[in-house]
Amino acid sequence: MSATADQRDIGGPAQPLLIARNLAKHFAARGASKSARVRAVDDVSFTLFKGETLGIVGESGCGKSTLARLLLHLIQRDSGELIFDGEPVGAPRGITVAALRRNVQMVFQDSYSSLNPRMPVQDSVAFGPFVHGRRKSEARRAARDMLVKVGLNPDLFGPRYPHELSGGQKQRVNIARALAIEPRMVILDEAVSALDKSVEAQVLNLLRALKQQFNLTYLFISHDLNVVRYISDRVLVMYLGRVVELGPSEAIFIQPLHPYTRALLGSQPSMDPAHRIEQPPVTGDPPSPIDPPSGCRFHPRCPFAEPVCAQRSPELGAWRERDSHVAACHMLDPASGHSKAMQ
Amino acid sequence: MSQTAALPATFADETSPAERVRGYWGTVGYRLRHDPVTLFFGAIVLLIVLMAIFAPLLAPFDPYKESVVLRLKPWGYRGHTLGTDELGRDLLSRLIYGARSSLLMGLVPVAIATFLGGTLGVIGGYAGRRVNAVIMRTMDVFYAFPSVLLAVAISGAMGGGMVNGMTALALVFIPAMCRVAETATAQVRSLDFIEAARATGAGTLTIVRYHVLGNVLGPVFIYASSLVSVSILLASGLSFLGLGVKPPTPDWGLMLSTLRQSIYVVPLSCALPGAAIFVTSICFNLVSDGIRSAMDVRL
Repeated sequence: MSATADQRDIGGPAQPLLIARNLAKHFAARGASKSARVRAVDDVSFTLFKGETLGIVGESGCGKSTLARLLLHLIQRDSGELIFDGEPVGAPRGITVAALRRNVQMVFQDSYSSLNPRMPVQDSVAFGPFVHGRRKSEARRAARDMLVKVGLNPDLFGPRYPHELSGGQKQRVNIARALAIEPRMVILDEAVSALDKSVEAQVLNLLRALKQQFNLTYLFISHDLNVVRYISDRVLVMYLGRVVELGPSEAIFIQPLHPYTRALLGSQPSMDPAHRIEQPPVTGDPPSPIDPPSGCRFHPRCPFAEPVCAQRSPELGAWRERDSHVAACHMLDPASGHSKAMQ
Repeated sequence: MSQTAALPATFADETSPAERVRGYWGTVGYRLRHDPVTLFFGAIVLLIVLMAIFAPLLAPFDPYKESVVLRLKPWGYRGHTLGTDELGRDLLSRLIYGARSSLLMGLVPVAIATFLGGTLGVIGGYAGRRVNAVIMRTMDVFYAFPSVLLAVAISGAMGGGMVNGMTALALVFIPAMCRVAETATAQVRSLDFIEAARATGAGTLTIVRYHVLGNVLGPVFIYASSLVSVSILLASGLSFLGLGVKPPTPDWGLMLSTLRQSIYVVPLSCALPGAAIFVTSICFNLVSDGIRSAMDVRL
């Protein structure tokens, strides 16, 4: 397996697997005026290194799933650039969308609706290899092998239909389906969120094991901070379509820089009753992405907001290395004029 | 890791249930073969079809031979098992021959409408947006007219005859068929497994063939089979107006309308063509019911 992975690896281990630069996707807002745009993903940039797991966290509606679909070209980006292993995606000199999809696969949150209800699950898994030119019998054999790898007996579960499987089993099938065409990167969009806790833990461990086995790179989208902390090497925090913080997992969880990240972490109930907070860490709903707040998008809910926050949009600091920990907040920029920025 | 490593070892001990290695259509076939009700009514449909094909061998008399003396005779009169009609023709022979035009008028328009309407509906439902709007608004124009009136108008404009009648009926059924296919397709299209299939790099045709059709054909078939009996009845209506099958060709619908006048003389004979239509359509409906439940693997 590692031999084939080396073959496909063009730029060597140091070259990032995926670079997203200034990705943006705005949707026309229904029912609102013609000019209203939902800024689902706005100016998102990040780098995904080979072999790592990048967790993406944020509230519902912050653009996590839109970002995932942009990365796979399931929806067209409005602007920005995607570079897969050194090659721009969809550009004349880069790789095609088809080639991107051969390398990047996705596991969806809803394990039931992401399987064809009228197809035995082994055929669902075999569909990918079949599309990529394997004969039907070969594809089915590959699918059955893959079912073994995700811990399902192909004789027992392969011929079953999705409704005959439990949620955890279905999600295992979905993982097998994603891995069947031997991708290098897998986007897990809330892949374990719908499972109950014990099954979730099993599937997470399975994902870890498969990552080792197949040399995978994960983009792990979740709203569950514990899960993200458990599985991720680095974490990216999104708020209203923007990246607010990016850094190594432990650094973010131990010493969050952005007030939003702090609030997000504060929203988890503490194990220690003495430390439980009385006040909610963030109040109110996130503002509508149709007409996002000026400047820093978090400022209406931020306890440290000052006039500068409403005027200028803070820059995400320069991140050059794997381990750099950056956040888009005026308090971290001494030149911003924020009173707390002098530390 | 321990799970993935441990499981293959245990697989070897289990005896594999080999009977379940089949695809979706294999499963549907298996379920149909084990459904006695559907098999029984399917057999009756088959008998009716065979009766139509081998009508010349089965009919005891010439269905066109008229006789002034033998008009409206009761059942069993001089070898005419089911009596004679108002022109003295043998009713049993005419019923047997009538299956030909009735089945043609019942099946052909529905088959054409299923193919054309279904294709248009799947295209519209899958493509969405403008394409869908153009197709569905065009279909809506046909919805503005009651189906009987539309069939009469179309075949009236084209002139009588069986081929024109079938064309008219097909045109009447296409919009409804299209709508059924469009709704089913649009429903399936929004599900994650279509997106997952796109993410594997499959082209639109491959996705439609492997992921959409299996989910759309079910409702389409059900609707089509319920249309067969409607089609037979509408065809008899056309024949009654002189627009479909022309007398003296034996046709159940036509026979029903001509025997109608003799209902007080030979009531039993008058009911026969109606009974034939009833039995045929109920058999088609029950068979389609069976196919539907066989195709719904969740049941």
